[in-house]
Amino acid sequence: MASTTTFGGRVSDAFWRKPRLLLALLLVPPVLWLGIVYLGSLFALLAQSFFSIDEFSGLINYDFTLKTYGELFRPSNFDILIRTVAMAGAVTLAAAIVAFPIAYYAARYATGRWKVIFYLGVMLPLWSSYLVKVYSWKLILAKEGILNWLFETLHLSWVLQAYLSVPGIGGYSLSVSWTGTFLVFLYVWLPFMILPVQAALERVPSSMLEASGDLGAQPGQTLRYVILPLALPGIIAGSIFTFSLTLGDYIIPQIVGTSARMIGQAVYQFQGTAGNIPLAAAFAVVPILVMGIYLTIARRMGAFDAL
Amino acid sequence: MASAVKFEATSRFFGDTRAVDDVTLEIEEGEFFAMLGPSGSGKTTCLRLIAGFERPSQGRVHIFGQDATNTPPYRRPVNTVFQDYALFPHLNVQDNVAYGLMIARVPKAERHRAADEALDLVALSGFSKRKPSELSGGQRQRVALARALVNKPKVLLLDEPLGALDLKLREQMQGELKSLQRQLGITFVFVTHDQGEALSMADRVAVFNNGKVQQVDSPLVLYDSPKTPFVADFVGSSNVLPVEMVQRLIGVAKLASLRPENIRLAEDGLVGTVESQAFLGAAIRLEVAVDGARISVLLPKGAELPNDGSEVHLAWDADALSLLEATNG
Repeated sequence: MASTTTFGGRVSDAFWRKPRLLLALLLVPPVLWLGIVYLGSLFALLAQSFFSIDEFSGLINYDFTLKTYGELFRPSNFDILIRTVAMAGAVTLAAAIVAFPIAYYAARYATGRWKVIFYLGVMLPLWSSYLVKVYSWKLILAKEGILNWLFETLHLSWVLQAYLSVPGIGGYSLSVSWTGTFLVFLYVWLPFMILPVQAALERVPSSMLEASGDLGAQPGQTLRYVILPLALPGIIAGSIFTFSLTLGDYIIPQIVGTSARMIGQAVYQFQGTAGNIPLAAAFAVVPILVMGIYLTIARRMGAFDAL
Repeated sequence: MASAVKFEATSRFFGDTRAVDDVTLEIEEGEFFAMLGPSGSGKTTCLRLIAGFERPSQGRVHIFGQDATNTPPYRRPVNTVFQDYALFPHLNVQDNVAYGLMIARVPKAERHRAADEALDLVALSGFSKRKPSELSGGQRQRVALARALVNKPKVLLLDEPLGALDLKLREQMQGELKSLQRQLGITFVFVTHDQGEALSMADRVAVFNNGKVQQVDSPLVLYDSPKTPFVADFVGSSNVLPVEMVQRLIGVAKLASLRPENIRLAEDGLVGTVESQAFLGAAIRLEVAVDGARISVLLPKGAELPNDGSEVHLAWDADALSLLEATNG
């Protein structure tokens, strides 16, 4: 046996005799990374949120208190939470609705070259810089932007103006409205919804859809009773991305949208400009809690039964 | 008897491939009908044409006298047992079986009772609350059967339903399917590539090759009087004697089929040389070279065996030789 004489061969032999050794070697680096760097910093964050800031001196008071969490419920802060969660919810819902037909097409119909085009089309935007994408959307949505021009050319400016005059979602132009923020979020996170949904649909054999039709279900019923339940784990996986990414983002709402802040911006300002690290930490804990609650509900509703 | 399914010059093309090529076929009500052929012969496409998963490129399909050519699967009075069973993984066994009734808006208590009855029928009572992933292959197959039967279809379509089971289970299921069909009186259309399965279960068998139906007959007729060389060879692997040999033997210029088990070694007869022999358990198969052709001979165990390379004489009863249509389809 020639290979036993080489170093690589001897290492392979040792691993073959002690498979657990290989497993341990493979697992130690990621466990260290996750355990110490990632969970450690998360724990530090959690600890910070139970401290408070002395309003006169601006120094951090290291005694355990729930006072900082109480501050989250002040109207100006609570608004930020509601606004962010509502935005994340709206983006997730819209992403699921937009992504599903694309994912369905890719999973059921696209073959060969069309599949390649699908993957390129979905992934290509991910290759370019996030900032470039957001700024190009600002141009598209601006008062002098492409969308406005399009509406004008079609003599439909009045539709856009009517929409922009709706309080809450409207504004001076799309680029400084909540609708603008929503559209950019939807665009930027869409691939994170499409890919898991497509992967889930890919696992549904076509015989299952035929079986449903064979048992008397019309296509709409097959969608409701077979396809959606089987795609649900993928939709939930995608929604974890779109929901949590929207909850934590602070760049998009800063570039496109109104001056009203979202959680990410609040964290950024409280820990930076304001120097209120406990409050920033308390804000940062909110998305974690929201995601925890969301996943618990999803689990209770049987979203992972098909896994 | 009314015909349950009727193909009228039906074809199904996939691009240049003629998966089903001008098939005309009638399946009678209440019969156990097998569609037999090698893979790619068009038998499964024919089944899918009955179920409605495929639409004919040409011709028509009738189900119980009604033209079903343009009827979608969910409006056809037929149900299918799929080759991979296609059980819904997110539903338990009971809800899988009750799916068709749920779609038909049968109240919950009633459809669950009907599902449990259907599960009784396939000897799976007590499995209602299990998930398909918790069942063995044979059990899944029974659930798929119950799920189709609970809707009381007029025709039950079975696409190689026993293909994924091991030999013992397959033999057991063959018997059960047969008695189930007798008990229910429903028309069964059964697709298989296993000629033994088709012969042992079916009332009539259609043999498919290259998208065409070669012969439709009862298993006995199919075996004793194959019409084409393909049927002779595919059903029970017969010897197909070349035209010249048949011409010399009985003076007819046609191909002929001669079953290996109908040949015996004799003092006088067709002369050949033993090339090889194989022990098959209950019998021994000799391969005998005759005038450049090779003829298989099946001898019962215990018969006196010639040595390889020795000269033998082959003989058979006159009616053992069955003439084939000259064309090989």
